[in-house]
Amino acid sequence: MKTREDKIYSFFGHLVMTILTLLAIIPILLMFISSLTDNATLLQNGYSFLPEKWSTYAYEWVFTSSSSMVIKAYGMSFILTATGVVCSLALTTCLAYGLSKKGLPGRNVLTFLVFFTMLFNGGLVPTYINYTTVFHVKDTFFGLLVPSLMMSAFNVLLMKSYFVTGVPDEILEAAYIDGANEFQTMWKIAIPLSKPIITTVAMFSGIAYWNDWNNGYIYLTKRTDLYSIQNLLNRLMQNIQALTQNANNMAQAGEGLSQIPSGTVRMAMAALGILPIMIIYPFIQKNFVKGITLGGVKG
Amino acid sequence: MARVKSQKSQKRRKTFVRFLPIYILMLPGLIYLFINNYMPLPGLVIAFKQYNAGKGIYGSPWVGLKNFEYLFTTSDAFVITRNTILYNVAFIVINTTLAIAVAIVLSELEGKRKKVYQSAILLPNLLSTVIIGYLVFAFFSVENGFINNTILKALGKDPVSWYSEPKYWPFILIFVSAWKSVGYNCIVYLATLMGFDKSFYESAKIDGATRWQQIKYITLPLLRPTIIMLTMMAIGRIFYSDFGLFYQVPMNQGALYSTTNTIDTYVYRGLLQMGNVSMSAAAGVYQSIVGFILVLGANLLVRKIDRDSALI
Repeated sequence: MKTREDKIYSFFGHLVMTILTLLAIIPILLMFISSLTDNATLLQNGYSFLPEKWSTYAYEWVFTSSSSMVIKAYGMSFILTATGVVCSLALTTCLAYGLSKKGLPGRNVLTFLVFFTMLFNGGLVPTYINYTTVFHVKDTFFGLLVPSLMMSAFNVLLMKSYFVTGVPDEILEAAYIDGANEFQTMWKIAIPLSKPIITTVAMFSGIAYWNDWNNGYIYLTKRTDLYSIQNLLNRLMQNIQALTQNANNMAQAGEGLSQIPSGTVRMAMAALGILPIMIIYPFIQKNFVKGITLGGVKG
Repeated sequence: MARVKSQKSQKRRKTFVRFLPIYILMLPGLIYLFINNYMPLPGLVIAFKQYNAGKGIYGSPWVGLKNFEYLFTTSDAFVITRNTILYNVAFIVINTTLAIAVAIVLSELEGKRKKVYQSAILLPNLLSTVIIGYLVFAFFSVENGFINNTILKALGKDPVSWYSEPKYWPFILIFVSAWKSVGYNCIVYLATLMGFDKSFYESAKIDGATRWQQIKYITLPLLRPTIIMLTMMAIGRIFYSDFGLFYQVPMNQGALYSTTNTIDTYVYRGLLQMGNVSMSAAAGVYQSIVGFILVLGANLLVRKIDRDSALI
């Protein structure tokens, strides 16, 4: 059934896509290979796809070095992401559900207040001054958790439109007439019916928290023990010795310094930073496409 | 009359009682919105003051438009505006074209491999900018980078000190931006493409149209509203830049500022590295206001073209 033209087209299509796939993956591959390269080889020959000598020393160093901050920062990233997703889901779902409620007095005004934040915002300077002088989030866990990431107006509106179109009013009204209160109708009916959008929003928020370096960069100035893996990576780019600048361990720091596989350990940490995303990637991919299709055009 | 009135107020009370739980549910979200988005707004007045941390926002003395005068008499204002706009124009043209092309190619392919391609090109979108900065460093590092050590060596050329030569960065940043965002944009177009009526293509085939003709006369015209709308949205954001891309990827190197400094990086450095809060605030206000006008303008245009797609 396939014509000659179809075959040619399909051949070139696969060719182009294979090239693009390689382009997308090659930089990430270089990072993984570099992290498994022997440090001396790397310093001599540079980052390379075919190192002369392989080694897992960078990972061993990361996981065994007692003065290492890596494990701690890694743990911090997990705690931050988990807390962030829970808070952000709670805030977003409740607000979106309210905004979707027909007949709610003030609904339009409130929706506009949410929407307006997408059009206009004060920018970095007033936000920074607000958070540091009024709420004192500087050098606290809240500095990582709260500013800008906890609720996105886009997600609220995305979820609101899902509640409006995906949860039929009649069902909610029927439950209400049967004696369920508003809490119960939301918890027992609206939320179970909206699982796809809740999963998508949780995923968007999880990725945003895992990848965020901005809050830590701005709000953590002294408390390096609160660093997430992204903040640590950021710091190490400028200064690899920061890895051993653990105040409790000055003696060990001197000893550790000579052994840091400085070139490869950076890439090993970057690889660890990507790892969780790679592991849940099949899940992400499925929901990402759904999420973009649900709301991407509006965004 | 009085009865009607009391009935009305009774009804209102009933509505209120019924919806009270809803308001309680919405409260945390609204409080967050207030703290994160509305409370900082009065702080915009810092742009018109000589900020003094000891005196706070409201105690600091007014200086009128002085901060703006300083900002616009230096060459900084011109450089950051030019960079922000030119990069965005390049991103819009290149990323949109590539995304549409890839979406069209992908839509015609079948089978398992299609999913593999899609997964691979979406992956860069999920990496943090810090990590993207590391990846770029692995290629461009002066001492150990893949390009200096392998490619240029093989070609018999001298190593280039990438991180101190501003002229290369427009290309590098445009490439990185495409690498990061084409996969994502492509999915938006692909989703639209998949929704097209297949019968158009079938009748075109029967009439003997080639693939190229089908793309030119069916696919592209059908995609037009989506393209226009997404481009308009991007034009509305033309005064904003991806802070991470312009800050992390060039590693905040001072030598590269002439081609990497944008409004967002300027505001950041002014606030947290130079401590020039008022100047930084002035640049921020400039961005917020021009940005707001552009968003509204772009929206009006979208509304004229396609009412349903407009944000407002």
